Amino acid sequence: MIRFILLQNRQGKTRLAKYYVPLEDSEKHKVEYEVHRLVVNRDPKFTNFVEFRTHKVIYRRYAGLFFSLCVDITDNELAYLECIHLFVEILDHFFSNVCELDLVFNFHKVYLILDEFILAGELQETSKRAIIERMGELEKLE
Amino acid sequence: MNPFSSGTRLRDMIRSIRACKTAAEERAVVRKECAAIRAAINENDQDYRHRNLAKLMFIHMLGYPTHFGQMECLKSIASAGFPEKRIGYLGLMLLLDERQEVLMLVTNSLKQDLNHTNQYIVGLALCALGNICSAEMARDLAPEVERLLQFRDPNIRKKAALCSIRIIKKVPDLAENFINPAAALLKEKHHGVLITGIQLVTDLCKVSTEALEFFRKPKCLDGLVKTLRDVVNSPYAPEYDIAGITDPFLHIRLLKLLRVLGQGDADASDCMNDILAQVATKTESNKNAGNAILYECVETIMSIEDNGGLRVLAINILGRFLSNRDNNIRYVALNMLMKAITVDAQAVQRHRATILECVKDLDASIRKRALELVYLLVNESNVKPLTKELIDYLEISDQEFKGDLTAKICSMVEKFSPDKIWYIDQMLKVLSEAGNFVKDEVWHALIVVISNASDLHGYTVRALYRAVQTSIEQESLVRVAIWCIGEYGDMLVNNGGVLNIEDPITVTESDAVDVVEIAIKHHSSDITTKAMAMVALLKLSSRFPSCSERIRDIIVQNKGSLVLELQQRSIEFNSIVEKHQNIRSTLVERMPVLDEATFSGRRAGSLPATVSTSSGTSLNLPNGVAKPAAAPLVDLLDLSSDDAPVPSSSGNDFLQDLLGVDVSPASVQPGTSQAPKAGTDVLLDLLSIGSPPVQNNSTPSDILSSSQDNKSSVAKLDGLSPTPSGGAASMIDLLDGFVPNSPKPEDNGPAYPSIVAFESSSLRLTFNFSKPPGNPQTTLIQATFTNLSPNVYTDFVFQAAVPKFLQLHLDPASGNTLPASGNGSITQTLRVTNSQHGKKPLVMRTRIAYKLNNRDVLEEGQINNFPRDL
Repeated sequence: MIRFILLQNRQGKTRLAKYYVPLEDSEKHKVEYEVHRLVVNRDPKFTNFVEFRTHKVIYRRYAGLFFSLCVDITDNELAYLECIHLFVEILDHFFSNVCELDLVFNFHKVYLILDEFILAGELQETSKRAIIERMGELEKLE
Repeated sequence: MNPFSSGTRLRDMIRSIRACKTAAEERAVVRKECAAIRAAINENDQDYRHRNLAKLMFIHMLGYPTHFGQMECLKSIASAGFPEKRIGYLGLMLLLDERQEVLMLVTNSLKQDLNHTNQYIVGLALCALGNICSAEMARDLAPEVERLLQFRDPNIRKKAALCSIRIIKKVPDLAENFINPAAALLKEKHHGVLITGIQLVTDLCKVSTEALEFFRKPKCLDGLVKTLRDVVNSPYAPEYDIAGITDPFLHIRLLKLLRVLGQGDADASDCMNDILAQVATKTESNKNAGNAILYECVETIMSIEDNGGLRVLAINILGRFLSNRDNNIRYVALNMLMKAITVDAQAVQRHRATILECVKDLDASIRKRALELVYLLVNESNVKPLTKELIDYLEISDQEFKGDLTAKICSMVEKFSPDKIWYIDQMLKVLSEAGNFVKDEVWHALIVVISNASDLHGYTVRALYRAVQTSIEQESLVRVAIWCIGEYGDMLVNNGGVLNIEDPITVTESDAVDVVEIAIKHHSSDITTKAMAMVALLKLSSRFPSCSERIRDIIVQNKGSLVLELQQRSIEFNSIVEKHQNIRSTLVERMPVLDEATFSGRRAGSLPATVSTSSGTSLNLPNGVAKPAAAPLVDLLDLSSDDAPVPSSSGNDFLQDLLGVDVSPASVQPGTSQAPKAGTDVLLDLLSIGSPPVQNNSTPSDILSSSQDNKSSVAKLDGLSPTPSGGAASMIDLLDGFVPNSPKPEDNGPAYPSIVAFESSSLRLTFNFSKPPGNPQTTLIQATFTNLSPNVYTDFVFQAAVPKFLQLHLDPASGNTLPASGNGSITQTLRVTNSQHGKKPLVMRTRIAYKLNNRDVLEEGQINNFPRDL
């Protein structure tokens, strides 16, 4: 299962942090700092996987943003890599050509999209269209 | 009303925060905002509650404390409208987690919302429950979630399915209620519901054997196989298409569930053979999505019951992966080969060269995997070339990789070395290259091996002499070198025991002393090295009479050392060199051969980190990933940490006992010191205090290693021994033992009754007391040990510890063998000085170790029944 999802920029600012396991706030900050340190300086040719404590982090960089998933050591790394990409496609579709500022000012919407995509640390929906449609319905209720 | 578009205040706040140029400015803005929000909360401002919550979430994300907003989330959830509820639940998930008491207050709102007529509100509640519910909430709300699994809207069904996963993970007892509804989900056509249903079934099977049996039945299993077949053969579906494959995520979830069902069940495995073969052969492998499916398929094939053909197919896929140019693919190949090695070691051996190349990869993730794998591939026949490759690579590898690499090299050299000379050669290479990364136990073991290889003493000491000339900064190498020069320095100088493979070398006595002098003066040498150097000098002073004066000068230089250990050695050794020339040569005789069996026995327990990290054990771990157990961290990211696991510390308890606050460690008197030639032996022991490996040799003093469960603590004790106080204390005791001037006990003082201090079914310990005249604080205790069992006890050692207000001295025991059935006894005299005489009674903790039929036995006890006024 996914332990947590982080979205950070190159400077290490957290743009989204979703934890599916309970952690103290101080521990969360430590985790965010460590994960950023781990991924930020890796050569693009390297694997997208780094071992982190007793788990592993699957990360992928899109422009200046790092999407990192912390998963169990026995999970399928390649599948989660694909999962990150699907999430980015959904964001891209929703914000039409997403950039970091979209995510900053609409952080609450990003959380809502994430909640339609992943729940309890597991994948909830694999269809981009289904999620975009669902978001449309929810927006109408506002 | 939309909280985010109506007022622009959230945007404004984000803008003003982004405009801050310094951290201090940002803090000021945040402080102001927080103050305003707190004021609004106090006034119970309803209109801006959602906006304030949104701002708090942003502030929280920046890392500022926001706990004062927690109650606002609950209020927002309790309000009627969807927008308020939505922001409330979002806040709940971000600002709280399952461990906060406040969360209990939300259970009721959640229950109402789960039964709400508006399905979007039900969705919100399910989402919150799935992400943060605690075990208690899981119990309370499970019936609602179970009911929602059959809800008409698929969005609710899939959320309920994932919510159920969280519930059964928190409370596994609830699993059986979910089996039937979960089975119904497997028949779904909607991909979202199907994928969550499959995930739920997978987790059910993990927590409940009942579920596992249920889903293994042909009617369920055949359905799953058919679903997978349909997905594999489905025509193009744009909605789920990724790189030409329809819903790879669904493929992967199905393969994973099949693996869980097929593991350990031959019939179930049979059912899925065909479809697995189809997936393995037909999936496109030019894109990541296809490779992800192949990878999952290989893992399933490796895990289910054996089918030769399929496994060949799987290993071939891994072979292809291994030669892929994409690093990610190579990484997963290495990962999976680790698992394959238990299935077909030969097939994996064929890829040895490629794997070895991966050890040298630039990417640390790949290197680490590859090294673990190489380690598993080592056997008697390939250890030499593999070791050579790795040692060559050691020279150029990254600093941060050297630790892992040396540990693995040392471990494989130790395990598979064909002969001693090869072992010594390789270890010297590693020590000269990366001696600072070598764990203590490893060079301790090397010294033990050297000591046992009597025909190689000369060779080794010369090789070390050469190595240390160029690698003086590698501390472990220096330690081994000075130990060997101290012991075998004469062979270094007069070329004793030359092997015909050696280059001739001429070393003068003063050259040899130079090495030790450099070591003692080198800035990076720590106290252990310096102490060992001191012992080496003492030994050389007798072996090289011509250098005796110079050695004395070096020794004397440390007499003002601030480190007690060094100061003491300096002064005592100086007096040995100066005043006791007649006995010096006997004192500094060569160490007796160290006992290999004892050492390796105790090592096995105390050295899990280097040796067994990935030896046999890793094969049993899921995915073959070997992980040193970093205890607190394991729990850190665990879902179930509200059932807070208590770190077990059995090993430490013992240490606390011995070194605890109120109990000061007392002297340990090894039984050996009563052996013939007692004087020399005691001194030999004395001379070796600072060098832990040496200490390990004398079997009887090895008491602590005897019992299995204490091994970890032994390592810690070892680690402690070079500290000045520990070393010095035992040294003083030993010296006392050497100078036999302890007064004979005389029965002049008042008489005290004897007590039975300790009695078990196998052993009795009685104490007789007497007081030396004119010293009421001191008590002499005559301890008598009687064996109550029909078997002889050997290697008998008695230890005692007393609180700080007491001082304890143990004289040597009368022997270390205790005849059976009370046909004799061991006696030992204890001298206790009570600084609180008349105020506090004596108290003592004891530990008795012995061997019974070569099995180690340990008995412990506390003695409280001392007569008063002692």
